Amino acid sequence: MSAFWLVLMLPVVGSFLLALTSSLAVSGWLNVAFCALEFLSSVALAVQVHANGSLSLTGFQIDAFNVYLIMLTTFVGLTTAIFSRPYMKDVCEQGRLTRKRMRLYHAMFQMFLFTMLLALSSDNLGILWVAVEGATLATVLLVSLYRTPESIEAAWKYFILCGVGIALALFGTVLVYFAAQQVLPDAEAGLSWRVLYQHAGELDSRVMSIAFVFLLVGYGTKVGLVPMHFWLPDAHSEGPTPVSAVLSGLLLNVALYAVVRFKMLVDGSLQSTDTPAMAGLLMMAFGLLSFVVAVLSLQRQRDIKRMFSYSSIEHMGLMTFAFGMGGPLATFAALLHMLVHSLTKSAIFVTVGHASHIAGTQRIEHIRGLIRTQPGVGWGLLLGVAAIAGFPPFGVFTSEFLILSATIQSWPWLTVLLLGGLGVAFAGLFRNVQPMVYGAAPEGQVAVSANMLPVLVHLLAVLWLGLAIPAVLFGWLNDVTVLIAGEGL
Amino acid sequence: MNMGQLSLLEQGIAVLAALVLFTSFALLAQSRLTSAIHSFAWQGAGVALVTALVAFSSHTPHLYLSAVLTLGLKSLLIPWMLHRLVRQLNMERLVENITHPALLLLTGAALVIFSYWVSLPIEKLGLGNTRNIVAISLSVVLLGLWMMVSRRQVIAQVLGFMSMENGLFLAAVASTRGMPLVVELGVAFDVLVAAVLFGIFFFHISESIESLDVDRLNRLSEREESA
Repeated sequence: MSAFWLVLMLPVVGSFLLALTSSLAVSGWLNVAFCALEFLSSVALAVQVHANGSLSLTGFQIDAFNVYLIMLTTFVGLTTAIFSRPYMKDVCEQGRLTRKRMRLYHAMFQMFLFTMLLALSSDNLGILWVAVEGATLATVLLVSLYRTPESIEAAWKYFILCGVGIALALFGTVLVYFAAQQVLPDAEAGLSWRVLYQHAGELDSRVMSIAFVFLLVGYGTKVGLVPMHFWLPDAHSEGPTPVSAVLSGLLLNVALYAVVRFKMLVDGSLQSTDTPAMAGLLMMAFGLLSFVVAVLSLQRQRDIKRMFSYSSIEHMGLMTFAFGMGGPLATFAALLHMLVHSLTKSAIFVTVGHASHIAGTQRIEHIRGLIRTQPGVGWGLLLGVAAIAGFPPFGVFTSEFLILSATIQSWPWLTVLLLGGLGVAFAGLFRNVQPMVYGAAPEGQVAVSANMLPVLVHLLAVLWLGLAIPAVLFGWLNDVTVLIAGEGL
Repeated sequence: MNMGQLSLLEQGIAVLAALVLFTSFALLAQSRLTSAIHSFAWQGAGVALVTALVAFSSHTPHLYLSAVLTLGLKSLLIPWMLHRLVRQLNMERLVENITHPALLLLTGAALVIFSYWVSLPIEKLGLGNTRNIVAISLSVVLLGLWMMVSRRQVIAQVLGFMSMENGLFLAAVASTRGMPLVVELGVAFDVLVAAVLFGIFFFHISESIESLDVDRLNRLSEREESA
């Protein structure tokens, strides 16, 4: 139990402490230290949950599904903090940031982690909503950190679009609570996910299907599903790079987590109606649309961070599609894809941060010859892109292969679309990355102090997952699959 | 459903909910910012009054707290903050040019009809007044959304956003006797933080584009990217 409270309270304490620390050298390390402690306690929590099956506290519920995302969150948080310490110090020394705003940055970084962890661990659908909205508020401040007109505009768009989206999700949550009140003896428990899931079959199917539409559109806005995705490329390209890494690696996952939880409820309530798979079909449609639009938009990007944010939309679409398809194979594949995508994408954003420091711009056509100026960054970008494009032996290949196999089993004709899309995405990414890595370096381009450790760790992990999924992790993901799909692989 | 079959209290709730919907329309068409802020304040007061009535009729004491919270936050504090901002930014006399007011309101009316259609299945649960309330609150939400889409002034957009929250609150209160207290406090906290953030952003936006017209927030677009 204590491990859980540590996981939840550490970021809050960290946030307040960092808000008070004005020394740059101290706050960078303090941020890393807090993230390391959070990671360690989440490992302890995972061990506990693994031993007991699940952990229930008043208001909180930790099972195999969320503990896996909690660990992923704290891990990516830690590596991003390690990257952000020297990176943000550099930014500050260049004069793009004042001390005061560095304090804001560190405090909000921890606050963001807290809201993510709260959203993941809460048993209460209302608190889940409050936490996701809290994450929006924390990241709005992070996105607008540089205070350029562009970043203000991106943050405003993000604020408005996600605010509206999340408001619709609240309406869906209210409807779920309303449906629960009609059947539950204890009305106050109507937002507890644990209780609701036990009574899913009794919930009124008509109310639940209306609710799901609102929930999917609402949380889908945060997942970055097309056509509610417009905030995503702007927020990713204008915010500081560590923020892009955590947005892509963590926030999108948590929003998708919420959608999947609600899908489990709605599936239960629609079981005996004539449209039992309605929730899944909706998710598949949104997922495919996002996938296709993102793959095509990827082609015309001129800004390196924008390009990779479209790649995030592509992969989130793929996961939503797979979760929507349901069944053990697709669910397992989607879970694995969540993991490898988070690891790879945050590694890529870290590298991109260094690459744009070297070139002094985010414009793709001005970034050239990375491998000559600084081989570490060049190789990092090349391998990261190979991994995200689904090259074997990286883990993304495994999960995409599994998603494709599941598609062949249940929706064979969609495989064509998926394969074609993956090919087009691959072409778009490499067409742009190849000259950035190999092209002739401009005169006077010099290496920057780069911290490639997080990239190395992430890419090695993804490589390992591609070569062999450790038995522990396989068992763990399989438990989650059983939880979501009813049966394991 | 026959209004006469409802108790006096329920009738009161229905009338008040209708008034809240009316203020939504007032907000939508109001081109002077200060008047729009007033409409918003009245809407907040209406929602607070509905909450208090529901608390009285269903004997749920924690709803009184929500009523006070709504009154304080939505009809006093936030309108006051917005007023102060408008004064500081010298926008008191500003009148937004609404291009097609009739079309704006007709679409609003269509949205109300749509909300009633969406909440049809709830009627089949046979819960009398609930369907009306759900439909009205969904209308308030959609009208807020429509206001954000159609209006160009940043402050009008914020008012739309906040009135969406009002609609959500109305739905929670009137259809389910309010969410559990901890959730309501969380939501209220989020709304408050959002309002403060909005205030901060007004200054940044007006500093960076020298106006609060969203049409001028156009630096980031796909078109420019490919050019």
